Amino acid sequence: MLEAVIHKKLRDFTLDIALRAGPGEIVVLMGENGAGKSTALNSIAGLVCPDAGSIRLAGSVLFDSGTGSDTPVEHRRIGYVFQDSVVFPHYSVRENLAFGLRARHKPPAVIRERVDYWLRAMDIEVLAEVKAGNLSGGQKQRVALGRALATEPALLMLDEPFNALDTDNIRLVKELTRTFVTGMQIPCLIVTHRMTDCRDVGDRVCVISRGIRKWEGTPEDLTGCSCAGEEP
Amino acid sequence: MPKHDSVRNRNCMNPPRIFSEKTRRTIAQVGAAVLVASVTLYLALPVVALFFKTTPELFLSSLTTPDVISALVLSLFTSTVSLGVVILVGTPFAYIHCRNEYPGKVIVDTLIDLPLVLPPAVAGLALLVLWGRVGILGQYLSLFGISIAFTTLAVIMAQIFVASPFYVRQAKSLFEQLDPAYEQTARTLGASPLRIFALITLPLTASGLVSGAVMTFGRALGEFGATIMFAGNVPGVTQTMPLAVYMNMAGDYHAGITIAILLVIISFAIMIAIRLLSRQEASHA
Repeated sequence: MLEAVIHKKLRDFTLDIALRAGPGEIVVLMGENGAGKSTALNSIAGLVCPDAGSIRLAGSVLFDSGTGSDTPVEHRRIGYVFQDSVVFPHYSVRENLAFGLRARHKPPAVIRERVDYWLRAMDIEVLAEVKAGNLSGGQKQRVALGRALATEPALLMLDEPFNALDTDNIRLVKELTRTFVTGMQIPCLIVTHRMTDCRDVGDRVCVISRGIRKWEGTPEDLTGCSCAGEEP
Repeated sequence: MPKHDSVRNRNCMNPPRIFSEKTRRTIAQVGAAVLVASVTLYLALPVVALFFKTTPELFLSSLTTPDVISALVLSLFTSTVSLGVVILVGTPFAYIHCRNEYPGKVIVDTLIDLPLVLPPAVAGLALLVLWGRVGILGQYLSLFGISIAFTTLAVIMAQIFVASPFYVRQAKSLFEQLDPAYEQTARTLGASPLRIFALITLPLTASGLVSGAVMTFGRALGEFGATIMFAGNVPGVTQTMPLAVYMNMAGDYHAGITIAILLVIISFAIMIAIRLLSRQEASHA
């Protein structure tokens, strides 16, 4: 379970938002560019420090402005897939998947086993030894997703994961996300600006505008909501 | 049609051309060729002239004279040590400088670039005033019998002072340009800052860092002004190749030419290395 209350002054407005996501639940954050969606994710990940608020994940406090607690990024156990599928271009796909496990000092046997599992799960076994810099957009996205999930995070966050992907890869990444979020029973936040994504993967949709939650509900109700914006 | 008429009228009003289109194009081409040729010759002729002032036999025989060998060895040794220090200190410094905000950062930024515009002789004098036997700090060191000026250490210090900006500036801009998402992703995956620096930041900027290092080596090798002011001109101790070239003008002329040619060859090798590295970098991006 993720419970986050974030208050952060940005250049043009103040981000003031409360987010909740239960185990196995996918919450889609929607809104125009610069609405504060990515800042919300960065605050939860610990890359940006909120001015005030609290962030709780799976029973532990990651941030609390009241008590002054602030868990460092590397100890938050959050799988974060950045926009533009950030893979480490100088490493092979296998080394990319192993990166988080090595950083957490897992035994080599465990690393090998888990990497093999995620290579199969993301259907990138044949690419295992390929330098990640040479992959296509869809392949990179699966490497980034597998790499994030391989560390067994307590929360998965995807920032605009379907940008610059073709239709087949969008469908594939959505299916994989749904499968593993449900399977691992972890909360998941997806940032997008496209309504179709909400309908396809979202359990709940939260529409943000200028840092404030404008609407929240199920994807089915979203179509009737005037605040949802235009379908691109 | 009125529109066509007006176009035709305007064409008619143009003054008659003295030269035909073809002649004008030829003049432009000749002008361009003369410009390119004069710039090329201006740069190349002095270097080529060096090679005309010696013969292969003379070159090879002066190559084995003790003065030439000691200058060559000293230059390569001091430049390598200087480069090593610049890399070992400059890389983490540039990284910390880029990734953090601290009071006086703008001043530090300016100081890093200062040696690029400061005349080397002034740099040498400044080092002497600080570290010389009666210098502001040097006087205290001499109480312990430590003397820096006019030693090989002084050569290295002068080279570091003058050549370090080439590496530090390059490192700084590489770290600044690197997409922060790489390091941020690595952090969310649980990597410590040191691990991220070693496994993500350094490999992703390596080829650019190497070309900065090559430039630094080249600058250190060619150092003259600061060295002669701060380290003097003691054969075998502080007389590097550029100093030996200067001193031999009044002595063994051929030895001077030989060292000069060696420096030309090394400089060319450095420029080729940088070209190859920057091409590699471009293909990587």
